[in-house]
Order: sequence, then C-alpha cells, then structure tokens
Amino acid sequence: MADQNFIENDEPLLVAKSLSKSFGRIHACRDVSFSLYPGEVLAIVGESGSGKSTLLQMLSGQLAPSAGQVSYRMRDGVTRDLASLGEAERRFLFRTDWGFVHQDPAQGLRMAVSAGANVGERLMAVGWNHYGRIRDTASDWLTRVEIDTARIDDAPRTYSGGMRQRLQIARNLVTEPRLVFMDEPTGGLDVSVQARLLDLLRSLVAELNLAVVIVTHDLAVARLLSHRVMVMKGGRVIETGLTDQVLDDPREPYTQLLVSSILPP
Amino acid sequence: MNAPTYNFAYLDEQTKRMIRRAILKAIAIPGYQVPFASREMPMPYGWGTGGVQVTAAILGPADVLKVIDQGSDDTTNAISIRKFFAKTAGVATTTATDQATVIQTRHRIPETALRANQVLVYQVPIPEPLRFLEPRETETRRMHALAEYGLMHVKLYEDIARFGHIATAYAYPVKVNARYVMDPSPTPKFDNPKMDNCPALQLFGAGREKRIYAIPPYTQVVSLDFEDHPFEPYRFNAPCALCGAENSYLDEIVTDDKGGRMFVCSDTDYCEGRQAAGHHGSLSAAPYKEKAREAANG
Repeated sequence: MADQNFIENDEPLLVAKSLSKSFGRIHACRDVSFSLYPGEVLAIVGESGSGKSTLLQMLSGQLAPSAGQVSYRMRDGVTRDLASLGEAERRFLFRTDWGFVHQDPAQGLRMAVSAGANVGERLMAVGWNHYGRIRDTASDWLTRVEIDTARIDDAPRTYSGGMRQRLQIARNLVTEPRLVFMDEPTGGLDVSVQARLLDLLRSLVAELNLAVVIVTHDLAVARLLSHRVMVMKGGRVIETGLTDQVLDDPREPYTQLLVSSILPP
Repeated sequence: MNAPTYNFAYLDEQTKRMIRRAILKAIAIPGYQVPFASREMPMPYGWGTGGVQVTAAILGPADVLKVIDQGSDDTTNAISIRKFFAKTAGVATTTATDQATVIQTRHRIPETALRANQVLVYQVPIPEPLRFLEPRETETRRMHALAEYGLMHVKLYEDIARFGHIATAYAYPVKVNARYVMDPSPTPKFDNPKMDNCPALQLFGAGREKRIYAIPPYTQVVSLDFEDHPFEPYRFNAPCALCGAENSYLDEIVTDDKGGRMFVCSDTDYCEGRQAAGHHGSLSAAPYKEKAREAANG
C-alpha cells in the first residue's frame, strides 16, 4: 500500500511541455514547462499582462496552445495529452477531477439558484439521483467551508463576497477533484476575509491532498499557500523554485523588485 | 373578382417540402430539436404558428382535422385554426378525438387514447427545456450534443428545496428514447405518461423559435425525477362536475366571489362524450336533468 502511494505520488499529475500562445504578433506565453505532482501547490505570480491567466487557461484545457502540450494523469493512471481528449471527455474531466475557482464568483456560480443546488450540480451531472443524499452532501460541504447550513436554500446573490467565494470552493470540491485551478481567488476581498479564506484553503488543500495551480499577483497568497512559485514576466517564466527560497532570496532583478514592493508587516 | 386563392393548406409547396424534411429528421432523432425556416403566418406568434405550419405540411385532402386549445374544441384559438384549415385546405374538421387523423393541440393531450395513424401536433412556445437555466443557445446545444443533463435536475432540486416537492406542474421535462431531454410544451404533467409508448405520432412545432421536434410512435418517454421524489402526475382531487369522470384532467372554474368553484374536464370532447353516454356529475347540465325528468314522468 505504501509502495502504491509512493508510485502514485512519484509520477507527475500535470505536465506542461514548452507551452506557447500567441495572439497574432503578441506572444502571451512563451515556452513554459513544468510538472505538478499530486498534493503540490504551485503559485504562478507576476504582474498584469505577464501571461499568467493565459497559461492557466491553457493548462485547464480552455485555450488551445499555439505550441507545446499539456498532459494529465487521469484517474485510471494513464497520462494523456489534453489535446487528444474529445470535448465530452474534457468537459467531464472539468466537472469531476478538476476544479476551477474564478476570481469573480459570479462566473463560477449560478447566482439565481440556491447554494445547495450550486454545490449539488456537479453531483447531479455525474448521475446522482437521490435528493436526500445530494442535499446531505451539499450541507456537509457548506459546513466544511464555514457557511451556515441554515442558508442552504438561499441564492448566492444574497451572500457576501467572502461567502460566495467559499461557496464556489465547495461547489468545486464536492466531487473530490485531484487538481484545482485558482485564478486570483482572493482578489476583491478585504484583508480579514482574505485571511480567513486563505486559512480555509490551506486546511482543505492539506486535508484532501489537492494539487493546486494558483494564479495570483499577491505574493502573500503565494507565500501562505504554495510549495513552489513560478515568476512570470512578459510571457516567460523567469524564476522558479521553492516558495520560501524564491521569496526570501530572489535571484532575478524583477523578482527582487516584486518582493521588495510588498510593504513590510 | 379578385378573391385571393391560396395553395392547398395555405403554404406553398416548397415551404411544405422544407418543413417535411425537418419533420422527417425530427422523427429520425426522437426529441432532437431540428431548426427550420419558420414562415410568417397570418396570426401572431404565440397563437400556434409552429403547430399551424407543421399541420399545413402534413395535411392531405383526406385528413380529418381536430384542433384543441387547453383541451377545449371551442375556444377562440381552436376555432380560428380549425376555420383556417377548413378554408385554405377544405379538409373535414371534427371535434371527436377518435374520428380525427390530425389533431393540433395547445397545452393538452386528449383523454381518449390515441391510436396508430393519428398525428398529434403540439404548439410549442419555448422548445428548449434548458433555456431558463442556461441562456446561451450555443451552450444548450452543446449540452444536448454531449447529453449533459445535470442542469435539468438542478431545476427539480430547486423545486424540492423551495416547495418540498417537485412543483413543476407543466412543461415537465422528459427524456425521449433514453437520449434527448425534451420540453413537452406546456402540457400539464398529468399528460406526461400519455406520451410514453404512444401509438400516435407526436410532432412539436415552435414557430417563433424555429424548431421542430418529434416523438415517433411507440417511443419511450420518461419524466425526469429523483429516486426519493418520484414523478407524480397531478390532478385536482374531485370528479368532473359535469360527467363525473374520476380520471380526467380538470379545470377549476370559479363560479362566484364567495369561494364557489367547480371542477370540470378540460377535454370538452371527452366530457360531452361521457355525458351523452349517460354519465353525469353533481352539476350536470340541464338537458340531462330534463331527460331524467322525462324518463321519470314516463
């Protein structure tokens, strides 16, 4: 059993091989390669326009790369190229084994249907057909993301920003994905709510052994959550390494600038 | 003498061919919404332009046409469509379900069981069952293509969460031939079981939305539900006040402002047929009382 785990964790979950994307003459992303292992949290940091979001879209199969490939180790252990998956398979993967947390919860949630249905949607999409069990699972997840279960029948448009974001996380995690993409999950939240959300994310990631690719321009988020950091500038990865190492001892001038631009606590 | 002359059944032959092609495709893929080049008809959208075009395309000189609106043969919509085809096609019309070969309907399926060689044509306002959950047409088409129907259950879930039971009472989503989820047009869910394994051909026309879909005869039609909240047809718990029927779909008619009401069959032909056969309810119309009186007096 231990050996089995060792082998499973020894092989990367997601592999990006020289990914590039250009929009006409603009190179949004150039030659990005990395491997992500199960349970690992990778932060992609950089300023606006550095190609972070383009990279995230390519990794999650929403955008076809101009060059390079992304492969993913499916639940059956076979590593497959995302481009070779049919649309049905890709969408199924997106609904089950992956999660995607948007910066704006309105993009990731159905604002007009109740929180319970929002969390239950993925379950129903994979064929759950028992109302009681769907509801129990949904309320269980609301508890886990610290939302009062009395509000299970309220629509997310009646929720505060922090609650919406937590609901979005619950909605994504309900199918127990192995990989979650996050696009600035704390953007637009005030500092105390951010802290609470990060705390929650950190415990969930550890508890569920999630692999996470998190895009952020907030180095504090990267420091709190991630094991590894990739610094991007102008579409290229300019520095990569363990989070503490990169943030405490930045090598590249640009990374030094980024790190030094944080106000000291 | 400049009286307008119409082609048989109003539409020109090329248009009818176009509609027939769409109908054939719809029959070949049960429950799939086939786009077609819907024409302007001499009536407003929402009055059954889709159903009228389908009827016009399939009508032959030997057909007998029945038109119902909410089960009734004698409402404005039903009468004017019946007249329309009597005038432009010169076909025989009837109100009797068992004599009709083509029945155009709005919001009901007749109580009398349909038989083979009959065609039921539905008028459909919004053909897309996923529309109110997913506003993007490109997305709903993709969901149909990939059979991603989890969202449909989200709607049913919402019903139960809000009302404690599946409160959708009409346009209750069905799965046709174990593949496509389909909106059965705004028929009450009471009628859903009649669609399953029906010997008659069922055609659905949506004029404004430009879609035709179909259920071929003897096709499986299953109403969506949850294991612990199974589908249940709804019916007012009362017999028909006119014919005493216990198993027909009822309309509630408010008779005064003191809470008085009566329940009568929504299918007028069925109700009249039963009354003529001697059945009567608590508020039967006078002729039967007179007959009864005559019989009593000898």
